[in-house]
Amino acid sequence: MSSTKEVAARLREAFNSGKTRTAEFRLKQLKAMLNLMKENEGALLEALKKDLRKPNFESIISEVLFTKNEIVCAINNLTEWMKPEYVEKTLVTKLDTCFIKKEPFGVALIIGPWNYPIQLVLTPFIGAVAAGNCAILKPSEVSPNSSQLLSELLPKYLDKDCFAVVCGGVKETTELLEEKFDYIFFTGGTHVGKIIMTAAAKHLTPVSLELGGKNPCYVDKSCDINNTAHRIAWARFLNMGQTCIAPDYVLCTKAVREELVPALINCLEEFYGKNPQESEDLGRIINEKHFNRLKALLSSGKVAVGGQTDEKDKYIAPTVLVDVKETDPVMQEEIFGPILPIVDVENIDEAIAFMNRHEKPLALYVYSADNKVVKDVLERTSSGGFCSNDCIMQMTLFSLPFGGVGDSGMGMYHGRFSFDTFSHKRACMLRSAGMEKISALRYPPYGSHNLSTIEWTTEIKEKGSVCCIM
Amino acid sequence: MLENNESQFLKALQHDLHKPKFEALLSEIAVIKNEAIYAANNLEEWMEPEYVEKTLSTALDECYVLKEPLGVVLVIGHWSFPLQLCLIPFIGAVSAGNCVVVRPSETASNTAELLQNLLPKYLDNECYHVIYGGHKDAQNDLSDLLQHKFDHVFYTGDATTGKLVMQAATKFLTPVTLVLAGKNPCYIDRNCDIYMAARRIAWARFVNAGQNLLAPDYVLCHADVHDKLLKELYTCVTEFYGEAPEKSPDFGRLVSIEHYQKLKELLGCGKLFIGGKSDEGIKYIAPTILLDVKENDPIMEKDIFGPVLPIIKVCALEEAINIIRKREKPLAVYVYSSNFKVISEVMSRTSSGCFCSNDSGMQNMFLTLPFGGVGGSGMGCCHGKYGFDTFSHRRACILRNIGIECVTYLRYPPYVDKNLSLILWASSLSRRSSGWCQIS
Repeated sequence: MSSTKEVAARLREAFNSGKTRTAEFRLKQLKAMLNLMKENEGALLEALKKDLRKPNFESIISEVLFTKNEIVCAINNLTEWMKPEYVEKTLVTKLDTCFIKKEPFGVALIIGPWNYPIQLVLTPFIGAVAAGNCAILKPSEVSPNSSQLLSELLPKYLDKDCFAVVCGGVKETTELLEEKFDYIFFTGGTHVGKIIMTAAAKHLTPVSLELGGKNPCYVDKSCDINNTAHRIAWARFLNMGQTCIAPDYVLCTKAVREELVPALINCLEEFYGKNPQESEDLGRIINEKHFNRLKALLSSGKVAVGGQTDEKDKYIAPTVLVDVKETDPVMQEEIFGPILPIVDVENIDEAIAFMNRHEKPLALYVYSADNKVVKDVLERTSSGGFCSNDCIMQMTLFSLPFGGVGDSGMGMYHGRFSFDTFSHKRACMLRSAGMEKISALRYPPYGSHNLSTIEWTTEIKEKGSVCCIM
Repeated sequence: MLENNESQFLKALQHDLHKPKFEALLSEIAVIKNEAIYAANNLEEWMEPEYVEKTLSTALDECYVLKEPLGVVLVIGHWSFPLQLCLIPFIGAVSAGNCVVVRPSETASNTAELLQNLLPKYLDNECYHVIYGGHKDAQNDLSDLLQHKFDHVFYTGDATTGKLVMQAATKFLTPVTLVLAGKNPCYIDRNCDIYMAARRIAWARFVNAGQNLLAPDYVLCHADVHDKLLKELYTCVTEFYGEAPEKSPDFGRLVSIEHYQKLKELLGCGKLFIGGKSDEGIKYIAPTILLDVKENDPIMEKDIFGPVLPIIKVCALEEAINIIRKREKPLAVYVYSSNFKVISEVMSRTSSGCFCSNDSGMQNMFLTLPFGGVGGSGMGCCHGKYGFDTFSHRRACILRNIGIECVTYLRYPPYVDKNLSLILWASSLSRRSSGWCQIS
């Protein structure tokens, strides 16, 4: 079993050999990834079941399909993405060739989380591969079955010199972080995110951090309460609430709350039946530590529905809490579980002020049929992404960048943005050797005549003025 | 501000760096003005939301990317181009809608003081602020400043301080842009217009007395043209600065005694070909060229940042590429050759912030190219729209309709195979197309 140092050295050598530079190589790896997903779907679903009791329906859509779509998107567009971008030239550079070349950084490290243990580590990985990097994947030890499966499958399909999976916990991750990487992509919690960034700073390694946050959800009186309840409940209780862009808490007036809560209760029964613990369609909490953490939050406010727990089963019932105050424990940290607190506000201004008192979240949601309300919230808040009248959907469209801001992270990916994240945009200018008379204008001894000529040819004029050189 | 106070700025730059008026006007005043006008001309377009391609499931929605300011950002300038290196990122930050704290380098104290006096007279005092602490200890000052939370930090300077900046930024998860000095190699191929190459290299190396992030730091010269290059360099240095460069009004001075002393120590490497004269009293080191420099000489350890150009003789292109690849990725790689294959080879087998063939230092003058480093030379970029983008958050937005539930219900529990099949079928439809479009 190679040590971390050996793995990193092997990948660096492979990168330096230039192997990953061609489109052929990258496409071969991407197609192999697609085969990996197609040929091992059963095993993947099983691993996800063991780790999170993830229902097959959810696994297929949010893990397998999602990842396959990313791979296909990369395959379909790789040639286009790899092309140099030619840029607008000026008078002075008219005879030159100016373009931006996309280059891989080198050896990337991708650290995945446990909640979507396949998709959230493979999606950035696809970007790294498409961009021509070598990469080490470090899937989460908290979802051991999925990680173990990845470490077995990847070497069977992909070039072993260029890509590796390193499994393990804190010790292995710390060892990895001592090595120099050319890019680090991390998905997980804020606390560990800071540790990653600190380690990256030692080597001046650029990072992408996909962190969490408390994603607020404002519900306005104008919305269709029934549809709203369905969409919010779906987004909150998917994967047993363990989704980084799930609505974390709801803000609404008492009047709206009085309609929303019964709608949510009905909807929960529709989704999971009278006894959700018996439903096949509900996952489980990942481990005891999180179960205990979540159980403690149940005492905030008052339980409107749910609240039951079963430690052996790592089960917490889909729960809605009301009469929750800003200072309650459930409002102090990202919930990341099947608990939805509802906080009362008087009006939209209070809701916006409430949201702005907290760190910028990964997502922000508004339910309203009134476009003015939607735009108002959008303009007066900030967040990684935004969606009105639904949740989570902003992550599913690959033409939109996905990422956080402030405490919810830095950098963005999905689709082309993944390719760009793992690429260095190198400005290239191929000048002609001729035209020396013009170049000579800038040489000493400096003369004011030359100065005027240079100024005239390089000056950018304000729009609307007569002559525009640029 | 720049137009009304041009002479004051020129005077300050003269005091700080003995910067000739020609250089100051072109490399400081003109480039900043261009950047500001370019931003003003394009701002509306840059600020517009970008509508994106939709899928079947989002066909009825409004999907776009909104550009939002990050908040309060910090721009840390550098003394080599004390105006340009803080005002160009400043312009990016302002155009993106942020409030900005600017910290010009205290090493170029006259320019910093002038900026501190003038900026508040022209710009909103509540939104923009210049911090200049005088001649205090630079490192301490910076550490103090970084104790505060900023929403982005833009730093130009050396790698050691760059690491400290990134480290400090970790506390608040602040994203950073770092533009760092490095050793920019310059390869001269045996098929090359040596007359042109010598002039462009000498200009790029000796402008601002060599204190330029983009200057060619060392030359790797093919043995076949080595002697010819030396002859041409000798001729053009004399053409540029005369027989006694210390008397030329067109040659700058070193910014400080400390910097002068660091450079003086390097003059003992290799063999002196031109220059070598120095005068501590006026912080002057002559335009100097050193030959027979070895790869492990002190002068090859870190970026020179002064008017000293070491030349290493190489026997083949391969040797040059190996030397370049052994080192940290620099801010720029230069190649002089009339053979496109050679240019292409160096470009594809090396990496750097930017690349230029048959010239040096010009590539950052153009606002449509990003200016930034990679690896040891930094992360992130600026200039033109890249500056605006650096200081913006791109917020993905989907505006859906709450009324239409006919497709959404497919994803709800209780999960049934029929619904799953429908979702998969819709998704596979788009996969067959060659565009972006796919569904989850």
